[in-house]
Amino acid sequence: MENLIALLVAAPLLGAAVLLCGGRRLDRAGHWIGTLLAAASFVVGVVLFSAMLGYEAEARTMRQHLFSWIPVEGFQADIAFQLDQLSMTFVLLITGVGTLIHIYSIGYMEHDERRRRFFGYLNLFLAAMLLLVIADNYLLLYVGWEGVGLASYLLIGFWQHKPSAATAAKKAFLVNRVGDMGLSVAIMLMFTTFGTFAFGPVLSATGETSEGKLTAIGLMLLLAACGKSAQVPLQSWLGDAMEGPTPVSALIHAATMVTAGVYLIVRSGAIFDAAPDAQLAVVVVGAVTLLFGAIVGCAKDDIKKALAGSTMSQIGYMILAAGLGPIGYVFAIMHLVTHGFFKAGLFLGAGSVMHGMNDEVDMRKYGGLRKYMPVTFVTFGLGYLAIIGFPGLSGFFSKDKIIEAAFAKGGTEGWILGSVALLGAGITAFYMTRVMLMTFFGEKRWQPDAEGREPHPHESPKSMTIPMIVLAFGSVFAGGFFAIGDRFTHWLEPVTRYDHGHAPVSAATVTGATMVVLLAGAALAWAMYGRRPIPVVAPRGSLLTRAARRDLLQDDFNHVVLVRGGEHLTRSLVYVDHSLVDGVVNGTAASFGGLSGRLRKLQNGYARTYAVSMFGGTAVLIAATLLMRAV
Amino acid sequence: MNPVNYLYLAALLFTIGASGVLVRRNAIVVFMCVELMLNACNLALVTFSRMHGNLDGQIVAFFTMVVAAAEVVVGLAIIVSLFRSRHSASVDDASLMKL
Amino acid sequence: MTGLAAAATTSTGEAVQFWILGTVAVIGALSTVLLKRAVHSALSLAGTMIILAVFYLANGAYFLGVVQVVVYTGAIMMLFLFVVMLVGVTAADSLKETLKGQRWLALGCGLGFGILLAAGIGSASLNNFNGLGAANAAHGGNVEGLANLIFTKYVFAFEITGALLITATVGAMVLTHRERTERAKTQREMSEERVRSSHLPPLPAPGVYARHNAVDIAGLLPDGTPSELTVMQTLRRRGQMRDVSNEALADLKALEQRSEARLGRDNDEEEVAK
Repeated sequence: MENLIALLVAAPLLGAAVLLCGGRRLDRAGHWIGTLLAAASFVVGVVLFSAMLGYEAEARTMRQHLFSWIPVEGFQADIAFQLDQLSMTFVLLITGVGTLIHIYSIGYMEHDERRRRFFGYLNLFLAAMLLLVIADNYLLLYVGWEGVGLASYLLIGFWQHKPSAATAAKKAFLVNRVGDMGLSVAIMLMFTTFGTFAFGPVLSATGETSEGKLTAIGLMLLLAACGKSAQVPLQSWLGDAMEGPTPVSALIHAATMVTAGVYLIVRSGAIFDAAPDAQLAVVVVGAVTLLFGAIVGCAKDDIKKALAGSTMSQIGYMILAAGLGPIGYVFAIMHLVTHGFFKAGLFLGAGSVMHGMNDEVDMRKYGGLRKYMPVTFVTFGLGYLAIIGFPGLSGFFSKDKIIEAAFAKGGTEGWILGSVALLGAGITAFYMTRVMLMTFFGEKRWQPDAEGREPHPHESPKSMTIPMIVLAFGSVFAGGFFAIGDRFTHWLEPVTRYDHGHAPVSAATVTGATMVVLLAGAALAWAMYGRRPIPVVAPRGSLLTRAARRDLLQDDFNHVVLVRGGEHLTRSLVYVDHSLVDGVVNGTAASFGGLSGRLRKLQNGYARTYAVSMFGGTAVLIAATLLMRAV
Repeated sequence: MNPVNYLYLAALLFTIGASGVLVRRNAIVVFMCVELMLNACNLALVTFSRMHGNLDGQIVAFFTMVVAAAEVVVGLAIIVSLFRSRHSASVDDASLMKL
Repeated sequence: MTGLAAAATTSTGEAVQFWILGTVAVIGALSTVLLKRAVHSALSLAGTMIILAVFYLANGAYFLGVVQVVVYTGAIMMLFLFVVMLVGVTAADSLKETLKGQRWLALGCGLGFGILLAAGIGSASLNNFNGLGAANAAHGGNVEGLANLIFTKYVFAFEITGALLITATVGAMVLTHRERTERAKTQREMSEERVRSSHLPPLPAPGVYARHNAVDIAGLLPDGTPSELTVMQTLRRRGQMRDVSNEALADLKALEQRSEARLGRDNDEEEVAK
C-alpha cells in the first residue's frame, strides 16, 4: 500500500509530460487526459486514505523511499515520501479540489486554443504541489516549492499576449523568489545545525539546539511562507496574479498553493515551538495580513481582486493560528481545508459570472444577476455564507475556533490577537456582503461594450456548474463534519499535537461576539450597497478607500523603498565602481604606464647614461658605507 | 707634508677620469680616461704600500698594470673593429640598446 | 731616503715636488678630459703618467716607477696614439653635449663622488706611515722584494695574468683580423672590369681652377662645381671632405674685381699722362 504514494505525484507528472511534449495531435483529447490523471491521483489519495484509517491513530504515517538522490558522504538527500495525517489532508484537498477545477476548466477554457497546454500546466502544478506536501525532507519540499512557483508563473502568465498578465507573472515570480531565498537559507541553516534536512531528525532535535539558531531558521521559514502565501510584506503579487485564468485563481491562488506557507509553518511546528520569538513574528505577520487583506478586499471593484484580498486575509487567519502553536495548528489546517472549499467555490462562481458577462470583472457593471444565473447565485451564496461564518456552515466552525484559540493564547497578546481576529471577521462580513450585493442584487448596470455588444448573462455549462455544486456542498458541510465531536482535532493531533490553552472567555461568549460583529459588518454593507443604487463609476471615496484601491499603497511602497532604493544603491555602487574601483585600477595602471614611460627614457641606449647611473650608484654606496661607519 | 695627500691626489685624478668617461663621446678618449682612473688607483695602492710598510700594495698595482695592458689591447681592438664597421668612434652611435 | 722610514711627514723636498708635480698632473688629467683632439688628450695623459711614475719613485716603488714609464707611457700610450692615427688624427671632437642633462649629472656625480672619497680618506686615521725602508731592504732591494712576493705568495695570480695576457693577444688578433671571403682579383680581371665601367680614363684630376692640392678637397669641374670623385673613398665615407668651392668662386670674383680696379686705374693714369 505504501508503494502507491509515488503514484500520487507520478500520475499528474505523467499528464504534464504527455500534454506538454505531446504536441498538437493531443489538442482534442488533452483536457480529458489531464482531468483523468488528476482524478487518478485523487483515487490513489482516497485509497491511501482508507488504508490509513485502518491503522492505529499513532501509527498512520506511511513512508516510501524511492531512491537516493544525492548520496554524498555527510550529505544524504533522498527522494522519499512521508504520508501522515497532515499530508493526507493536503493530498485529499489538492487532488479533490484539483480534479473539480480540472473539470470546471474543460468548460471554462473551451474556446481557448491553448487549452491542452493549460491542462499540462495544471497537471504540473498538481504534481509539484503533491511533491511539496508528501516530501519527507526539506530539500525535496523545496523542489516542490519551486515547482509550484514555476507552475504559478506559467499559469498567471498563461494569457501572455496581455502585457498585464505577463507583468503579473513576472511580479509573482520575483516576489516569490524573495521568499524562496528564505527557504533555501533556512534549509542551509538546518543542514549546518542538524546535519540533515529530513523532517524526522530535524524536528525531533529541536530540544538540543540553541534558541538563537532555531529563531533564525524560524524567521527564514516565515519569510518563505510570506512569499508563497502572500503575507505582509511579500503580499503584493497576489492581487496581480488574478490576471491568470479564473480556475487558476481558484486552485492555485485560493485553495492550494498559497496555503503552502501554512503547511510549512505547521510542518515545522517543533522549530517554532522552541523559538518563541519566531512564533511571535508569525502571529504578527498573520494578524497584520488579516486586516490588510480585509481592508484591500473592501475597496476593490474587480470581483477577483476583492476575492484575492479576502484570500490574503483568510490566510492571515491561518498563519495567525499556526503562530499560536499547538493551540492553533489544528485550526489553521481546518480553516485551510474549509477555505479551500468555499474560496475555490467563490472563485469558480466569479469565473462563472465572468463567463456569462463577456469577461467583465468590474462589479459595478454587474447587478441583479441572481435572476440570470440561479445556480451560480446559489453556490456563490453558500460560499458567501460559509466565508463570513454563518452559523452551521464551514467557515463558522473553523474561523470561530481560530478566534477562540487567539483568545486562548492568554495574556495581553491573547486579547490583542483575539480582538484583531474578531475585527477581521466583521470586515470579512462587510466586504463579502458587498461583493454579494453588487454582483447578484440591485438593478442591472451593464451596458453595451465598445463594439456595441450587450452582454447576455446566462448560466454556465454543466461542466462548470457541477464542480461549483460539489464545492458548495463542501462549503456547507465540511466545517460541521470536522468540528462536531472534534473529529478533525483527533485526526491531526498525532502529527501536530493539540493544546486547549486557557481561554479567558467562554467559547459561547466568543461565538456570540463573533455573531454580533458579523451582523454589524453585514448590516453596514447592506446600508451602503443594498439600500442605495450603486454608481457605475466608482465615487472618489475616502482616503482609506483610495489607498485600499491601490492595495494600501503596497506597490508604491515597494516602488519607492525597494525599486528606487535599489536603483539608487545600484547607481551609487556603479558610481563607486566607476570612480573609486575603476579609478584605483585604472589609476594604478596609468601611473605604472606613466612611470614606465618616464623610466623608459632612462633606457636611452647610450652607454654614457648607464655609466652615469653606475657612477651615481657607487657614490650612493660610498655614502651609505660612510654613514654606517659614522653610526 | 703628510703622505695622505697622495691619496687625495689619487681621489681627484680618479674623479676627473670618471667624469671624463661620462662626458666624452670619443671611445678612444673614454678609454684614456679609464686608464687615468686605473693609474689613480695605482697611485693609491703604492701609497698604501708605503703606509703599511710592505710590498703587497705594489704587487697589486703591478697586476693592475698587467690587466690594464690586456684590457687596452682588447679594448683598442674592439674600437678599431667598431670603427671599421661604423666609420665612427663615438660611443653614442652604439645605442642599439635603446628601446 | 730616510724620509720614507717610519714618519708621518715627508721631507720638504718631497713636499715641494708633490705640490708642483701634483698640480701638473691634475692639469694633465683635466686636459685629457677637456681637449678636443684625441692626440692632445693622449699626450696630456702621457704627461700625467710620467708624473705618476715620479710619484711612484718618491713613494719607494722603484720597480713600478720604471715599469710605469716603460710599459705604460712607452708602450700602451703609443698603442693609443697608433689607434688615434688609424681612426683619424685630425678629427676634432665636438664637445657639445648631445645627451640632455648628461653633463650636469656627470658633474654632480663627480663632485659628490670626489667629496665622499675625500671624506672617506679624511675620516680614516692615517697618521701611521711605516715607510718602505725595511720592506725594501729585507730582500736586498725593491725589485728583489717584489720578485720574492710575486714568485711565492702571488705566483698563482701571476700565472693567471700570464694566461690573461695570452688571451688578450689572441683576442685582439681575432677582433682586428678580417677574413677574406672571396678570391683576390687578378690584374687581368681588374683591367677588364675597368674597361666595362664608365671610367676608362683615370679619375678626374683636380680642375683647372683648383686652388688646393690637399687630398680632402674635391677638384673642381670646369663649371666650378666640386667633383666628389676626386676625393678618395675613405675620406668621403668619413665625411672629412672639405668643400671650398664657394670660397674658390668668391676668390675668383674678388680677383676679377681687383684686376678690373687695377685696369681701370691704369687707364686713368694713362689718360692723366695724355
